[in-house]
Amino acid sequence: MIFVNGKPHDMPDHATISELLAGLSIDPEAPGIAVAVDSEIASRGAWASHQVHDGAHVEIVTATQGG
Amino acid sequence: MSETLTIAGRELTSRLLLGTGGFTRLQTLGDAIDASRAELVTVAMRRLDPSAEGSVLDVIADKGVQVLPNTAGCFTARDAVRTAKLAREALGTDWVKLEVIGDERTLLPDAPELLAAAEELVDDGFVVLPYTNDDPVLARRLEDVGCAAVMPLGSPIGSGMGIANPANLTLIVEQAGVPVILDAGVGTASDAALAMELGCDAVLCASAISRALDPVAMARAIALGVEAGVLARGAGRIERRTHARPSSPLAGMPEFAE
Repeated sequence: MIFVNGKPHDMPDHATISELLAGLSIDPEAPGIAVAVDSEIASRGAWASHQVHDGAHVEIVTATQGG
Repeated sequence: MSETLTIAGRELTSRLLLGTGGFTRLQTLGDAIDASRAELVTVAMRRLDPSAEGSVLDVIADKGVQVLPNTAGCFTARDAVRTAKLAREALGTDWVKLEVIGDERTLLPDAPELLAAAEELVDDGFVVLPYTNDDPVLARRLEDVGCAAVMPLGSPIGSGMGIANPANLTLIVEQAGVPVILDAGVGTASDAALAMELGCDAVLCASAISRALDPVAMARAIALGVEAGVLARGAGRIERRTHARPSSPLAGMPEFAE
């Protein structure tokens, strides 16, 4: 199990960030998205190969209205 | 003051920056961008909600303005630096409006954390625009570590209290070698005009516009306030006097019989 934006999330072993996004119906090609795994930023170019380990805390962020 | 504002080598024709927080409809935000003629528009970075319909980024792209991510909500240098890096990755810009807050009730900046974050981000290649207290010493320290502008508050974020300490703001303007952008506290057009009269290079507004009864009309009003302030600053105001100085000649008064 991993944590995505603070919520528990079941995911197969060795799944990549790209597969995680697809499972969440998030288009990895969409602009304006960044991903951090355990507080380290995972660059977009590495999403297809970056495997998310069990217990990882994943943050998926985008721009929203703000000051 | 020149016609344009240059920050980190980028020339802007508008001296009003628009914050996108508080608009209840994206359509209104778009109309306010038009009315304000802002070219730099701030956004915050938050967890993605896949069910959200429409995006502030769509409006920004549609209007062809430059996005300026902020680090709002961060209380430590560490979190602000991470948020700035997420924004750079997500939005492809190394510009950041740096906010490091020290107090939830007033949302006033945390000076030591702000300075530490600014230094780290500058070293990492960011164009750093820090939201800062109206403290001339802190403003100078932020400039010294390489910030591309300083953004002193007029009064607390969203308070609409205007410029609480014009004397401090004047000191910041007098010493600054980078643009000074009044950030936070503007309540209406006259506040923006005063900021420019005091010598600020630009004004950033969010709540004053987004939470006005008619945000689009207020966007235009504040844009005109900024323009009026620039003109007034250049025109050279008269000195303040304790007593009156007649504007009509004293000589040649007719005399009237009793």
